[in-house]
Amino acid sequence: MSLKLEPNFHEPGKRYVRAFTPGDDFYESLIETHRDLSDEQSAMVNARLILLLANHVGDIAVLREAMQIARAGV
Amino acid sequence: MLRTYEYPKYPYRQPPEQKSGGTGRHRVVVVGAGPVGLAAAIDLAQSGVAVVLLDDDDTVSVGSRGVCYAKRTLEILDRIGVGDACVAKGVSWNVGRTFFRGAEVYKFKLLSQPDHKRPGMINLQQYYLEEYEVRRARELANLDLRFRNKVRAVAPRSDGVVLEVETPDGGYTLQADWLIVADGARSEIRRQLNLEVEGKVFSDRFLIADVLMKADYPTERWFWFDPPFHPGQSVLLHRQADNVWRIDFQLGWQADPDQEKRPDRVIPRIKAMLGEDRKFELEWVSVYTFQCRRMADFRQGRVLFAGDAAHQVSPFGARGANSGIQDADNLCWKLKLVMDGRAPDTLLDTYSEERGFAADENILNSTRSTDFMTPKSATSLNFRNAVLGLAGDHPFARALVNSGRLSVPTILTESRLNTPDAAAFGGDMLPGAPMDDAPIEEEGERSWLLDRVGNRFIALIFVDDPASVGPAQARAMAALASAPIPVEAVLVSPTGGAGPPGLRVWLDRAGRFAERYDTRAGTTYLVRPDQHVAARWRAFDAQAIGAALARATRNAEP
Repeated sequence: MSLKLEPNFHEPGKRYVRAFTPGDDFYESLIETHRDLSDEQSAMVNARLILLLANHVGDIAVLREAMQIARAGV
Repeated sequence: MLRTYEYPKYPYRQPPEQKSGGTGRHRVVVVGAGPVGLAAAIDLAQSGVAVVLLDDDDTVSVGSRGVCYAKRTLEILDRIGVGDACVAKGVSWNVGRTFFRGAEVYKFKLLSQPDHKRPGMINLQQYYLEEYEVRRARELANLDLRFRNKVRAVAPRSDGVVLEVETPDGGYTLQADWLIVADGARSEIRRQLNLEVEGKVFSDRFLIADVLMKADYPTERWFWFDPPFHPGQSVLLHRQADNVWRIDFQLGWQADPDQEKRPDRVIPRIKAMLGEDRKFELEWVSVYTFQCRRMADFRQGRVLFAGDAAHQVSPFGARGANSGIQDADNLCWKLKLVMDGRAPDTLLDTYSEERGFAADENILNSTRSTDFMTPKSATSLNFRNAVLGLAGDHPFARALVNSGRLSVPTILTESRLNTPDAAAFGGDMLPGAPMDDAPIEEEGERSWLLDRVGNRFIALIFVDDPASVGPAQARAMAALASAPIPVEAVLVSPTGGAGPPGLRVWLDRAGRFAERYDTRAGTTYLVRPDQHVAARWRAFDAQAIGAALARATRNAEP
């Protein structure tokens, strides 16, 4: 498996009429997760989130690809 | 007066009730001759209902205000007789580009499907739309449009509404069976009736500048995040009619609205954007804030709220005027059936249900756009800039870029007026959906599906060969027209040709109807007067149509 870079957000049982909806659903939840947190707390939430998602993905080759893209652009 | 537009001044005439001192009783009074009130009054008058439309002013919208009109709205404007004027004057566009700092990160096309009569979006100054609607309204003998008639007080009763109206000649009293309130975001009537609007105020200010210039930019929507000429904020550029360009600058909450409107503040901002050499003239300037909120119920007995009076959204996505005109579209046929005694009063509850559902969708989308464009925390800004940074190279991030999710009509999936599918269908034309267009032909004359449906219930029956419809079935189809609520049955066919006597035949001349409505021989759609799908089946069944019609008008509860 290689890193998915095409739009991939979806939710079981949900039918989307507009292509932008699943991505917007995700993004709203992401911002909501940080609501009312200090910058420091948010940074910690982000770190924890990355660890959780990384474990879920599991495939270290995929994770390396993601880490490389993430770092290359900043 | 603007350089490109002279505001019309409509005549005031002394209202008959004011002259006589009597109290007129009218079937419907509409308050507010903006795009929504005018649409509602025209729609009702066209269907044979006498309407009084009151407005406190005697001209059209001052300033360009709502400038983007979406395909679905144009289809409604077609139905009320102003679509051609708007499209002829407006600027059609389909492409939007998004820039982050110096570079383009994302480009979208509004309408990927061919064979629709109307484009994805036109840009047109609101005063033109209102002028065309006023022109149409004045063609209708049963539409009594009264300028400089300001509503002072409203007293709801169980069987109607009493209004106190102020005119240059003094006050008078008006009674109405029904009142449609379309007096805008700061609705006086809503305030008088102590009705709450609940929602969110955004702490941000935006500057609108309408600029007159000859520019060779393509007719596209351009949106900048954090551009070099206006760092840290967003900017939107849009073309309107008459070489007027709309520029929106995000200013931030700290900005002083009075200061920011001064030409010596505005002109340098525009020069920074367009370059020192570009010649332009300032046409109109405004500073605005906005809210995303709605009334809990758009119906209060005999009083029906529509447009901004009922719900407000941020401007990003053009969901304000568009959704307001869609309110009128939804309301008028229901009100007419109730007034005519052909549907119970509870049909009007579904106006609030269906348009409330749409308002929620519009508020959700415009709130999300606003949150993306104006991040509220350092973390939120970080995520936004990360998305924009990845968007240049990676499709998944492009899909997350949100510079406004432009107005598309709501599919009323949850509506109690829909009859759920009993068979499987592909495509998007599910019960509750506003119809997709398709090119058709009737007796050699080319037309569009959406120009031929609407204003009444209609059953579209897809047949391979119209001549193959047997006489008994043809009689059952034609008989639908003599029910208390008539349904016109029309055959749609890939071959065309004559059908049984008394039935119209539409040729599906590009095959788009079959494709978009996933038809087979026998597939039947029941369509509401507002061009929404009420029900569909794989075979014609007059009894099923009757049941679905009863359900769509609340003459029977499921």
